[in-house]
Amino acid sequence: MSREVLVKKSDIVKYYLRKIIIAGLVTIAVTWVALPFVMTIIYALSDPDQYYDPHIVIPTRYTLEHIHKLIVLGAWNATINSVIVAVLTILFSFAIGLPAGYAFARYAFKGKDSLKLFIVALRMFPMMVIAVPLLVLYFKLGLADTLLGIALAHTAMALPFVILITSGIIAGVPVEYEEAGLVFGLNRIGAFFRITLPLALPGLAAAAIFTFIMSWNEVFIAAVLSFQNRTLPAFILNLIGGATDFIKFAGAFIMVIPALVFVFVAGKYLVRMWGITLK
Amino acid sequence: MFMGDTYMVDVHLRGVVKRFGKTIALRGIDLDINDGEFVVLLGPSGCGKTTTLRIIAGLEKPTKGKVIFGNREVTYLPPRERNISMVFQSYAVWPHMTVYDNIAFPLKIKKVPKEEIDKRVKWAAELLQISELLNRYPHQLSGGQRQRVAVARAIVVEPQVLLMDEPLSNLDALLRVKMRSEIKKLQRRIKVTTIYVTHDQVEAMTMGDRIAVMSAGKIMQVGTPWEIYNKPANVFVAGFIGSPQMNFIDVTIEEAQDGVNLVSSDFTIKLPQEYISLLKDYVGKTMILGIRPEHMYPLGYVPANLQKKDKIKGVVDFVEALGSDTIIHLNTGSKIIVVKTSGTYRPKIGEELEIVIDLDKIHLFDKNTEKAII
Amino acid sequence: MPNEEIPTSVKLSKYTPYFLILPTLAYMIFFIGYPLVQGIMLAFFDEQGRFTLENVNYLLYGPGSLFWDALKYTILLAAVIIPIQVSIAFGLALLFNLRFPGKNAALYTVILPLTISDVAAGLIWYVMLGQYGFFNKILMNLGIISHPIIFFGIKDMEFIAIVITEIWRATAIVFIIIYAGLQMISHEYYEAAEVFGATTWQRFRYIVFPLLLPSLQAALIIRTLFAFQIFGVVWTLAGRDIPVLAGEAYYAQTELLRPGVASLYALIIAGLSIAVGALYIKFFKAKYLEAGM
Repeated sequence: MSREVLVKKSDIVKYYLRKIIIAGLVTIAVTWVALPFVMTIIYALSDPDQYYDPHIVIPTRYTLEHIHKLIVLGAWNATINSVIVAVLTILFSFAIGLPAGYAFARYAFKGKDSLKLFIVALRMFPMMVIAVPLLVLYFKLGLADTLLGIALAHTAMALPFVILITSGIIAGVPVEYEEAGLVFGLNRIGAFFRITLPLALPGLAAAAIFTFIMSWNEVFIAAVLSFQNRTLPAFILNLIGGATDFIKFAGAFIMVIPALVFVFVAGKYLVRMWGITLK
Repeated sequence: MFMGDTYMVDVHLRGVVKRFGKTIALRGIDLDINDGEFVVLLGPSGCGKTTTLRIIAGLEKPTKGKVIFGNREVTYLPPRERNISMVFQSYAVWPHMTVYDNIAFPLKIKKVPKEEIDKRVKWAAELLQISELLNRYPHQLSGGQRQRVAVARAIVVEPQVLLMDEPLSNLDALLRVKMRSEIKKLQRRIKVTTIYVTHDQVEAMTMGDRIAVMSAGKIMQVGTPWEIYNKPANVFVAGFIGSPQMNFIDVTIEEAQDGVNLVSSDFTIKLPQEYISLLKDYVGKTMILGIRPEHMYPLGYVPANLQKKDKIKGVVDFVEALGSDTIIHLNTGSKIIVVKTSGTYRPKIGEELEIVIDLDKIHLFDKNTEKAII
Repeated sequence: MPNEEIPTSVKLSKYTPYFLILPTLAYMIFFIGYPLVQGIMLAFFDEQGRFTLENVNYLLYGPGSLFWDALKYTILLAAVIIPIQVSIAFGLALLFNLRFPGKNAALYTVILPLTISDVAAGLIWYVMLGQYGFFNKILMNLGIISHPIIFFGIKDMEFIAIVITEIWRATAIVFIIIYAGLQMISHEYYEAAEVFGATTWQRFRYIVFPLLLPSLQAALIIRTLFAFQIFGVVWTLAGRDIPVLAGEAYYAQTELLRPGVASLYALIIAGLSIAVGALYIKFFKAKYLEAGM
């Protein structure tokens, strides 16, 4: 019996050691990612005197003056612009892409595989190539420096993703449900709107959030296509050339808060969506 | 061959409790398995049998309790140091390796020399009749073939304990019957302590040296198939084993002149003198009477040597003619009793029948504890 | 037997999928195909429509043109950042494949960088690495250094800052692709390996890694292609101190007001992406063939 006890001890030690190492690594990873966010928020809100004091690592006095300054400079408008562009992008890309997604999910047709491959390849295409020529075109069409113009460009960027994601989601709704609808009196369109769509809604909502984030964060195209009516990233990009430290911090702060909200609201979906679609 | 005298080991579980968050999966399992024995963990889904197996394997750690192999406590030992083999329910045959590499893997890990690996892989493949498949990939095989690869892989390394998690449940009926006997014969040949999980009582009864019947995280009874069938320890085991299911009727115990009476709402069964002492604590109380459909006989089909018997009456409600057997659903008034008899007897619906009960085969259970008294 | 006419609706339904996809194709042609052609026109043709290498000349030899530096830095950044990122992301994915309490919260935290723009990422690390930023202050107050490490204003230090920021920002992308791939590998494959004696390393080498190869390849391709487009982080942290192709394109368009040059830069990025993408695919295909799959 004493031999039993000896063996047990080293086995237990190894077992707990493993747990400690895992906990340690996870903590490091989480801290590494989260700390910059936390510090950005803290410093953006801190009293300049305390910030410039080399001995004070974490300030105790806070102020909203930097944020305020940035808003006065135009950050609020830029934010609204970003929202408008993102929402328009979702509307356009879904209006055009959802039917295509449905087609890929529910039909077999000649050229399907090549078309799909084409769309996958499109995803990897550097969209910045279209920015400058689009601007030239927009000047002719009167779309330059408009939110609509940016939204249209973002839609082009988002379409491949939307098609692939919605295709996957609709494929995930068993076709038998639609067929039951057809048997009981609906036509194909009716079956789609009254049966498939409601069932696909959670996935589609996640896809919409994903599209929103893509448009929200896009910098290059937005910056090229707009001058006065800039989206938030383009606005900040423009500003930082001559900005003070605190304007920069405030800029970071304003851009980060919505991101935190996104993850808080839709974290689950995002993980699932991104992994599958970015493949 | 070298598989003649494997070092086998006995397995013991002591007070194993397993909690997953708020759910209690195992409520204190004590089990002793002898070396070389084929023990089946039998029960409905969710009873904890797979969890028990995984704890024995080391894939889960118990919340409380010990797992002992031989004289060594292995509770905290990782699976790879326990010298075990396992056949998973989904087979877990690696898709990116050939059949040969799959079977060879355990030996390769143990750094067995190449010629030895080759010998043993071929031996295992031969035993499982998959020798021609050695160079194929899993996606080229049928379910049954993949299952055999999983079994070959499990036996190739001479484990101390062989664990099997419902290996036959994904096979079609005919293949299942064939594999049942093959696995049992295999186990006898290589003599390894085997623990087998299933929800299929036929599998358990035909393969197990002993069966541990489980329900809701507890072991309800451990015994040989004969014991489980003939002497069920409680209502659960009695009802789980046997098809069609045992009949359960509420009866009140009454003292009579020359014996004991079991009074139900539809009929009374008279038990002779010997039963008085067994049932004296239950006089006036309600018990559950259990009688298997195959231990009741219509007139004309009563075995000649039946010693103790009594009769009940009823009207035929439904008949299942299976060819080899006939199953009669008999309405005794307030209940339907199921009787199983020879296939040559085919009563008509609505017929009035008299059924003879073999009193040697009745079971009486305490209504509260559900434990068997007789 | 009377000849029944097939109703038009049934005849047309064969073409339904094509109708559904038509809007997308039309949109793509107009918003991608056309600008692409236009881009080539802008780069290689002047206002009168004559073929010209004026923009190419400016790019290669023009005064103040930072093309060669931009090319160098773009590729250099990719070469430095991607191996580090893929390794970290790979390790993280394996770590998150285990069970541990608080896993969900940790997972959401780790993917946070995916939700912000590269401009925001650049600014965040400006906060961290500034002279009075957190990084310097902690080190000074712990006595590890006596003067703050200056990251901004010095080219080499800016390079390091960009590398740090990009690793912080984009590892999550690689992580999530590999993580998703890992999730799809049935747990029973590892459990079986573990039961049959494989140590953690052996499980990794013989089971996890081979099955994860497709995801790894996908992640590598995507990450490399995106790396050629690096812009916001560099612009925010170093301006033109560290020129990159996309940055020069932006500069050409908005400061120099030379759309032709900007287009040319964009086309070079596209060309680079396609070339490298094709190379990767060839390389991976070759590996598959040699592995006999």
